[in-house]
Amino acid sequence: MNGAGLRRFGLGLIPWIGAILLWYAVRWSGFVNTSLIPAPHQVAAKFFELLTKEGLLIDIFASTRRVFLGVALGILVAVPVGFLLGWYRPARTFADPMINFFRALPPIALIPLVIVYFGVDELAKLVILFYASFFSGVIVMYEGVSQITPLYIRVAQTLGANQAEIFRKVIIPLTVPHILTALRVALGVAWATLVASELIAAQRGLGAMIQNASTYFLLDVIYVGIICIGLIALIMDLILRRITARLLVWQDRAIA
Amino acid sequence: MTKRAQFDKVSLSFGTPKGRLNVVEDVSYDINDGDFIAVIGPSGCGKTTMMSMLAGFQKPTTGKVLFDGRPVAGPGPERGVIFQEYGVFPWLTVKQNIAFGLTLRANHVPAAEREAICDHYLGLMGLSDFANSYPKHLSGGMRQRLAIARAYAVKPQFLLMDEPFGALDAQTRSNMQNLLLKVLETEGKTVMLITHSVEEAIYLASRIVVVTARPARIREIIDVPFPYPRDESVQERPEFGELRSHIRQLVMDEYRAQQAQMRPVSFSE
Ligand SMILES: Nc1ncnc2c1ncn2[C@@H]1O[C@H](COP(=O)(O)OP(=O)(O)OP(=O)(O)O)[C@@H](O)[C@H]1O
Ligand SMILES: [Mg+2]
Repeated sequence: MNGAGLRRFGLGLIPWIGAILLWYAVRWSGFVNTSLIPAPHQVAAKFFELLTKEGLLIDIFASTRRVFLGVALGILVAVPVGFLLGWYRPARTFADPMINFFRALPPIALIPLVIVYFGVDELAKLVILFYASFFSGVIVMYEGVSQITPLYIRVAQTLGANQAEIFRKVIIPLTVPHILTALRVALGVAWATLVASELIAAQRGLGAMIQNASTYFLLDVIYVGIICIGLIALIMDLILRRITARLLVWQDRAIA
Repeated sequence: MTKRAQFDKVSLSFGTPKGRLNVVEDVSYDINDGDFIAVIGPSGCGKTTMMSMLAGFQKPTTGKVLFDGRPVAGPGPERGVIFQEYGVFPWLTVKQNIAFGLTLRANHVPAAEREAICDHYLGLMGLSDFANSYPKHLSGGMRQRLAIARAYAVKPQFLLMDEPFGALDAQTRSNMQNLLLKVLETEGKTVMLITHSVEEAIYLASRIVVVTARPARIREIIDVPFPYPRDESVQERPEFGELRSHIRQLVMDEYRAQQAQMRPVSFSE
């Protein structure tokens, strides 16, 4: 790591250290019953215990796989649908209210219905995550695609491009940034929906772990679960940002 | 003289929230093979709109725009366009931008020749050092030169240029003008050029179409008497000065008319 990288890393670390200190401070201040707040080191100890004895990795894997599949399927459908809606104005006027209606529904509210129609297995969780990522992704896609200016298409036409060439050489490069943004938004929403989807009688998974812990009032386990969800979401977002930076070197960004 | 392009009693109006806006009105003139037409008129009068009908992006409301005898149905590679907004592709490097047209099926450029053509235009436009840079690193003038290079590279027989040298400094501008004259001499093109510079119009064009304040009508069509090939010495000729003051006068009139139009109604009443 070079000097600037080290500095950025250090800067990024400061708020985390601050948060941990605050956590201890709240606990020691005496305002809150200490049995309600496990100390950071207790949570860390619990983390290693779960990791080595209780198969925390299996939970992490189960959750990550669900999010991954849900987002992949959701975006796979959201990209063409969002593209068509963004490209053809009439389609948008036609579908806009409906999409906003469904997007506004919190996935949790749909859980009873999903259980009725899809049972309580893996499929049901996938349906919820698919739902969440599709509707968040489709909006980002069509907002983005409808902003594409006709100028570049006109330029390509005057240079002799046919329909297929315009699509491949102009429209796809202009759509990639919006696909990446849709992915990032969908990932965020999917992690937020994960616990809800795992409320459906899941055996394993971080959401299930939190759910089970709450029945036995195991606060330290709940903390471990929450922190794991946050960390994995953060790592996925970082990876996606790296990929975005790679693919979109040409973009004029305010941030270096 | 074969007619390449014809404007035949062409009018165009846009529907706006405040009603119909007449932008081009009853314009008729022909562009013959080998002509160099310069269109000059005040800003916002309808020059780009006029050109975009010939480029194939806009249809006249009434009248006809013909290219090679047929009504213009859409854009095509035989009519190269240099857009006022450049339209340089931001996701491609400078070199890839120039190569864009060369890789299209319609232009039949063998892959082996593309490299050499790109290098040629990179050199001509002074962009060699930036061949692998993205447009975000270019200045306005460099983007404009890139747009010119990209259009020249596919060698269209007919060039539509919308203020192609507007963002360039005086020195580069005159280099680009001379380069255009040289390209015309060797490749024999027909050109329609929109410009705000009276000197540029006289130096380059064989005919100058002065258009009125909006809606653009034809104020006067002026033949430029200098034969091609031309060089900068024509600018010293007395006829050049006479033409210049005549056209300046016309443009000035129309500029004032356009200004009067733009003035908010609440001030005049
Ligand atoms: N698509 C459109 N819809 C409505 N009005 C338009 C449209 N395109 C152009 N106009 C209007 O038509 C008028 C002429 O525009 P145009 O771009 O042809 O001007 P111009 O002569 O090229 O000006 P400039 O020298 O500044 O480039 C302007 O008032 C503009 O607002
Ligand atoms: Mg214009």
